[in-house]
Amino acid sequence: MPDGRHEPEQAIAGTGMGGTMDLGVDEAEALEKRPGGGGGPGPEGKPRSLWSDAWRDLRRNPVFIVFALVILFLVFISLWPSAITSGSPLTCDLSRAQEGSRSGHPFGFDGQGCDVYTRTVYGARTSVAVGVLATLGVAVLGSVLGALAGFFGGVGDSVLSRITDVFFAIPVVLGGLVLLSVITSNTVWPVIGFIVLLGWPQLSRIARGSVITAKQNDYVQAARALGASNSRLLLRHIAPNAVAPVIVVATIALGTYIALEATLSYLGVGLKPPSVSWGIDISAASPYIRNAPHALLWPSGALAITVLAFIMLGDAVRDALDPKLR
Amino acid sequence: MRGAMHAGWAACAMAVALAATGCGGGGDGGGSDSGAVLSASWGDPQNPLEPSNTNEVQGGKVLDMIFRGLKRYDPETGEAKDMLAESIETSDSQNFTVTVKDGWTFSNGEKVTAQSFVDAWNYGASLRNNQRNAYFFGYIEGYDQVHPEEGDQTADTMSGLKVTGERTFTVKLTQKFSTFPDTLGYNAFAPLPRAFFDDHDAWVKKPVGNGPYLVDSYTRGSQMALRKWDDYPGDDKAQNGGVDLKVYTDNNTAYTDLIAGNLDLVDDVPAAQLKNVQNDLGDRYLNSPAGIIQTLAFPFYDENWNKPGSEKVRTGLSRAIDRKQITDTIFQKTRTPATDWTSPVLGEDGGYQAGLCGDACEYDPDAAKKLIEEGGGLPGGKVTITFNADTGSHREWVNAVCNSINNALDDERACTANPVGTFADFRNEITDRNMTGPFRAGWQMDYPLIQNFLQPLYYTDASSNDGKWSNQEFDDLVDRANQETDTAKAIDLFQQAEGVVRDNMAAIPLWYQNGSAGWSDRLSDVKLNPFSVPVYDQIKVS
Amino acid sequence: MGRYVVRRLLQMIPVFIGATLLIFLMVNVMGDPIAGLCGERQCDPATAARLEQEFGLDEPVWQQYLTYMGNVFTGDFGTAFNGQEVTELMATAFPVTIRLTLIAILFEIVIGVTLGVVTGLRRGSPVDTGVLLLTLVVISVPTFVTGLLLQLLLGVKWGWIRPSVSSEAPFDELILPGLVLASVSLAYVTRLTRTSIAENRRSDYVRTAVAKGLPRHRVVVRHLLRNSLIPVVTFIGADIGFLMGGAIVTERIFNIHGVGYQLYQGILRQNTQTVVGFVTVLVLVFLVANLIVDLLYAVLDPRIRYA
Repeated sequence: MPDGRHEPEQAIAGTGMGGTMDLGVDEAEALEKRPGGGGGPGPEGKPRSLWSDAWRDLRRNPVFIVFALVILFLVFISLWPSAITSGSPLTCDLSRAQEGSRSGHPFGFDGQGCDVYTRTVYGARTSVAVGVLATLGVAVLGSVLGALAGFFGGVGDSVLSRITDVFFAIPVVLGGLVLLSVITSNTVWPVIGFIVLLGWPQLSRIARGSVITAKQNDYVQAARALGASNSRLLLRHIAPNAVAPVIVVATIALGTYIALEATLSYLGVGLKPPSVSWGIDISAASPYIRNAPHALLWPSGALAITVLAFIMLGDAVRDALDPKLR
Repeated sequence: MRGAMHAGWAACAMAVALAATGCGGGGDGGGSDSGAVLSASWGDPQNPLEPSNTNEVQGGKVLDMIFRGLKRYDPETGEAKDMLAESIETSDSQNFTVTVKDGWTFSNGEKVTAQSFVDAWNYGASLRNNQRNAYFFGYIEGYDQVHPEEGDQTADTMSGLKVTGERTFTVKLTQKFSTFPDTLGYNAFAPLPRAFFDDHDAWVKKPVGNGPYLVDSYTRGSQMALRKWDDYPGDDKAQNGGVDLKVYTDNNTAYTDLIAGNLDLVDDVPAAQLKNVQNDLGDRYLNSPAGIIQTLAFPFYDENWNKPGSEKVRTGLSRAIDRKQITDTIFQKTRTPATDWTSPVLGEDGGYQAGLCGDACEYDPDAAKKLIEEGGGLPGGKVTITFNADTGSHREWVNAVCNSINNALDDERACTANPVGTFADFRNEITDRNMTGPFRAGWQMDYPLIQNFLQPLYYTDASSNDGKWSNQEFDDLVDRANQETDTAKAIDLFQQAEGVVRDNMAAIPLWYQNGSAGWSDRLSDVKLNPFSVPVYDQIKVS
Repeated sequence: MGRYVVRRLLQMIPVFIGATLLIFLMVNVMGDPIAGLCGERQCDPATAARLEQEFGLDEPVWQQYLTYMGNVFTGDFGTAFNGQEVTELMATAFPVTIRLTLIAILFEIVIGVTLGVVTGLRRGSPVDTGVLLLTLVVISVPTFVTGLLLQLLLGVKWGWIRPSVSSEAPFDELILPGLVLASVSLAYVTRLTRTSIAENRRSDYVRTAVAKGLPRHRVVVRHLLRNSLIPVVTFIGADIGFLMGGAIVTERIFNIHGVGYQLYQGILRQNTQTVVGFVTVLVLVFLVANLIVDLLYAVLDPRIRYA
């Protein structure tokens, strides 16, 4: 089940092995030349930071460019679906149920006689909203808690670790069935809230792991010795180094959250009408797989491409950020 | 969605247990093997398999195979015929004398006596035993003592039941109830052997009854193997060697198994597969009327739906639903647009009256718009239809009904479907009176009487009157009908009461549901009874 | 080592209590299960009250939880609404799900690690790109779509397998469901192994081993793979618990009467005893699997020592 918990990176960060711990190498160099020491180097001599390196890599990576364009397109149609459709996703005529494609209706009609093309376009908004907002929520909540726990350690850290264990131990689909089945709101917020609730421990673990790793770097010790405050240490020195793995995992998780919404709809606890989402359409079309495969194919395809785009993007970002793989 | 499905059935239903089978007889047809066993789809029963505790169709299926009661509903006509009853006599419609036929035993050899019935009924009524169907005994004198509304019970047995001989007992009711004998085909009235009381746990693990089949093995939640009882004394002996009931969570999987040859009988073909049936099964498919009607009920405790003029809004909604198109497309004609509030299986004589609803059930978008405007419009300009989403096909028809209303009213946001995750939750919303708009209400008859389609659903404070509709005129007509000993006059009174339901549009009738079954080429003589349950004992296996 | 295990076991206690409490509260939020027991009819108040009492629903939640946990420690997991002991349900459901999980994990290890090693050693080759795309497609299509599609094609159209699993659920019938269940994790294992192999391939110890003139397969298996497996093992360890509890969709499609089915049924009927009982066992499985994984590190990487 693509539900965001299967994260290779989590495993890496969790064991302290693998690429993420080496991210601070260039940063140590940057520290020495930090502003405050006067004029500093001019634009040409600007030190190559991890980020600018990564950005340069990404700009030349065709995979990144293609999938970034796909995502831009998705965002565009999420904001202005009417730009490429003329109909309404709620206009359905039962007399055309399950009909195939025809002029003006390139994807055909679903079991209720709604236009599949229009619904697929409008579905992007909900699905992208669920993916992006849930990921934002998970990333913010998870990384703040994880970073604090990793930085300060002690009792708070132990408690947080145990809490994350608790959440990890509960199967996600099960949690969704139980919690979402009681909610009657027909907005996207319960689904987003649910994903944030069960998703944050994963990010907090990763953030914690990379903060602990970054904390031990010489430049952090140096800054501490120079009398930097905790907040300054955390925000200026540690966070920039620790944020990379969080971004990587978050982009990959984003794709899986979109797929999770579809699974929840399949089990009858996802979004509710009149919401239009790929998950709703896929689950509604799945029993009709033999008679109207097109009604299943298009939203599934759109979902797969979106998930793929975000995962590839995350992958490209990770590769760019990981000097070991250069 | 099998698991879900039976929740849905329970929904529609209640009880059903019923009747299957009739008096088969007939001997084995050519080529069939009376020792061969067939496999059939099943859903996990919700409650323990006690007769007075089973109120949904899946548990009812089994009870119908392993029990025979005083009466039995004919699998073809639904008429209540004597089974174990030699006679049920009354002079005043209130005191009954029951004589049990001689020669019947339970499959463990114990004789079926008057005591077997009286003990079973007392067990079912007793509050202590938590039986879901206890209310079926509510008309019997002394029920109040064994099952008080509040507090502890003050008696263990009902004073209205008296054993007067080995094979005779008397029943005293608290009021006149002329059709009481006809209700005795319901499962809750089945007799129970001593083994049930002596070692209850063992009995529930492997029930023992007096029907044509024996329980051979039972793995709860998974499957039950039933075998023909060779010494069955009745004349409706099983025509096959037995039935293996297999639990399916999703009836789509059951159907897939059927066409892949892993299953012999599916008794609930999912709506999504109806289009493929002709292709997959040819004539090995049956669709026959059942005593089930789907309606939309309204929350009359919400003043938006209970003010002068709101009956016009309700009638307008009814006229905005294109029943024919929905039953043709979504259900592939396996349901019939409803034109009254009962069911065709009752027959004209039994009180079914086609067209009683009249114009109010005819699709007419213009009239619908006009009526709704006259009635003051939809409350807040919108209406939501609430249903339980754990069964697959509810979602499909509710969406279709909403689309039909939206199209009729030219407002694509006028109607929205509001799924509730589970059946249990759906029932909670209803009992807690949280509904704000129409909601799904299905009714599967307990016994084929017009009274059963009206009184439990629309009588003031009746147990299944989910919308809490209350109308003095209706109540009076039903009371008079129940007292009436002349059947034709009683039915006429019930139909007058139904007219009151129509004039107020207390609930929107949608369609009559049929039972459906598909089977493998090993089987022949597959039939469904009016309760949509296959008549297992008549099925022949080659 | 001994102290480490003891410490880990002690840490499990709060996690166990927390997880069971959380699921207990979640199921309670779902509301009153009694209304669903009486069909399309209002339960009469006396029977409803009796039923509530029988299932202990008339007590405050915290007390229900304490009573429940007290019973669990004596091995009594309560009774489902259909009168069956939850332990009995477990005895039939867990063996099935364990078989399913074993098959899924076998797929993950055999196919996932093999593909991972092959692609990791040939980063950038057409094989690598092909496998990468395939795994991504697998990740991005929801399991229920994959499952329904394979069931239709293999079970009905081509008739290679039974489309559903019989109640005995022998190993051979569980192969396809196992593959569907494993598919997403399989894709992750492949990618994980690939990344890990690609990274370690350039490490000094591999170079040394190659320089010593060791045969290639020995370098790959003994040196490269062994070190690269740590993240993979972590992942699979954590996956065991998820596979067992997360099979709700797969078990539903293939009609498998395992843990996922019982949980789904329990949730639909709001049966606290069943849901909490099964989740409690799943939590234990998850915790123990994680501990075993951590201990395995020491075997795989001699540099790791537990104090």
